[in-house]
Amino acid sequence: MLKDIFGKRKRYATIPSEQGKNDVPEGLMQKCQGCNKIFYRKELKKTLNVCSNCGYHHPLSAWERIDSLFDADTFEEWDAGITSTNPLNFPDYMEKLEKDKEKTGLNEGVVTGKGLIDGMETAFAVMDSSFRMGSMGSAVGEKIARAIERAKDESLPFIIFSASGGARMQEGVLSLMQMAKTSIAIKRFSDAGGFMISVMTHPTTGGVSASFASIGDYNFAEPGALIGFAGRRIIEQTIREKLPTDFQTAEFQLKHGQLDKVIHRHEMRETLATMLKLHQKGGK
Amino acid sequence: MKMKQVLDFEKPIVNLKEKISELKKITEDSDIDLTEEITTLEEKLKVLEDDIYGNLKPWQRVQMARHGERPTTLDYVERLFTEFIEFHGDRLFGDDAAIVTGIAFYKDEPVTIIGHQRGKDTKENIRRNFGMPHPEGYRKALRHMKQAEKFKRPIICFIDTKGAYPGKAAEERGQSEAIARNLLEMAGLKVPIVCIVIGEGGSGGALALGVGDHIHMLENSTYSVISPEGAAALLWKDASLAQQAAETMGITSYDLKKMDVIDEIIPEPRGGAHRNVDEQAKFIDSVLSKSLRTLAQYSEEELLEKRWEKYKKIGEYVTI
Repeated sequence: MLKDIFGKRKRYATIPSEQGKNDVPEGLMQKCQGCNKIFYRKELKKTLNVCSNCGYHHPLSAWERIDSLFDADTFEEWDAGITSTNPLNFPDYMEKLEKDKEKTGLNEGVVTGKGLIDGMETAFAVMDSSFRMGSMGSAVGEKIARAIERAKDESLPFIIFSASGGARMQEGVLSLMQMAKTSIAIKRFSDAGGFMISVMTHPTTGGVSASFASIGDYNFAEPGALIGFAGRRIIEQTIREKLPTDFQTAEFQLKHGQLDKVIHRHEMRETLATMLKLHQKGGK
Repeated sequence: MKMKQVLDFEKPIVNLKEKISELKKITEDSDIDLTEEITTLEEKLKVLEDDIYGNLKPWQRVQMARHGERPTTLDYVERLFTEFIEFHGDRLFGDDAAIVTGIAFYKDEPVTIIGHQRGKDTKENIRRNFGMPHPEGYRKALRHMKQAEKFKRPIICFIDTKGAYPGKAAEERGQSEAIARNLLEMAGLKVPIVCIVIGEGGSGGALALGVGDHIHMLENSTYSVISPEGAAALLWKDASLAQQAAETMGITSYDLKKMDVIDEIIPEPRGGAHRNVDEQAKFIDSVLSKSLRTLAQYSEEELLEKRWEKYKKIGEYVTI
């Protein structure tokens, strides 16, 4: 009898759950999404959220990105108060927006403005993927279009960092039309001699990759960033075949001629500064 | 006459029509006079048709827009234009049969015509990829838009696609860039552009032929950021809620008119465009000719400025 009990016990030995194994103290530590190595969050911040072990580029918030690129205290934000409404009375949309506003401290999924990179002034827009997955609704489209217009009026270069799942569904066709709005703004800017750099970061897909993100004078990307028009799952369902693991990565896009260059985050500021220097008008 | 494919919500009409023709047959073939009953039923039919076709729900319009017999770009080309010549290829990769491009006369004026093209049967649909373009389709379209600009011809775009094709090769060849490039270039074309949504206006793949000075929609066409099925799957993890998504997303011509995204709703014959293609072409004709007359008055600068103003004001947001 006693043996039976012991036997049973043996069979039911507890194994730590997969989830338990991966749990790291919230806030203090962070696990690399590329190699699973655990880092102090503070350490990771020092390397701009790039894993020192495998080089994986974790997302940066809009303001972390600005801090990583601009000369200290030179960034002036534009249109900070523009925010979404609920034109279609979409269920739960306003609640979701409120939640993300609280979480990110932003009013929308993009921050625009101007500042100095290595002493050179540029207009700038950066999307934040933690606000509604960086999706583009009316407010995002409006802020980007305004920033481009202002860059044109002030004869500034325009640099945009994309991080977006695409058009925001909750605003329906109004979101779709922001693709046109931003693209027309770029055309006007470009015709006036404007110089634009697009940097695609993880992820840049759908309506954002199919509008302003793909039509810079130069299109760059961060290593490993997911870049593409249609989602992997939809493509796999459509063509009924498994896609290679590197499909739609920045490196894949570079190989297929869709990008000018893939730039490591640690070299981003320097590369952008060089680009700005090379495009300064009249060698000023 | 070929039997039209009947949609679920049309069944009461079809049933009543069948009953009426039965009664008529009886009256003809026998001594029983049913004229009175027939008149009553015909009046009832009229009320029923008004009731059903006059109050189509968004999902019913989606079904109309997807109707297997719904006229395509080439059906209208044949009826609205003369001496049409189709051109092929993007000069970079290949020829995409999901988009047709060509030139023709429209009331004695040369125009460039560009449109998504679905097939009429399975074989043609496979050849035309169900009207879902690859990058080379958009690049072919752009090539001909540039020709139109060079030779100062207005451009008429027919929009009718579920969307740009979500395929491996399409991604490899730059589907995103091809669409984005068209948006950018259409913004600056110095000739009038009139876009008409004739069926489904599916997302970026539709918009890539859709940046213009006037945007019109056939009454039962749809224009949307994502298909109702896609929206339901993404938002509620359940594609079967497509009907609900269609109601919520505001995708009908009436919704888009209300949102100030389109210029005019082009009426359809009772029961949909496929019931009377000639009549539908006439309805398009009257709106199209008015559009082109209006746009012909503008200088190149005015045209581009107005195009920008048009898109600039689309969107709803607040400043806090």
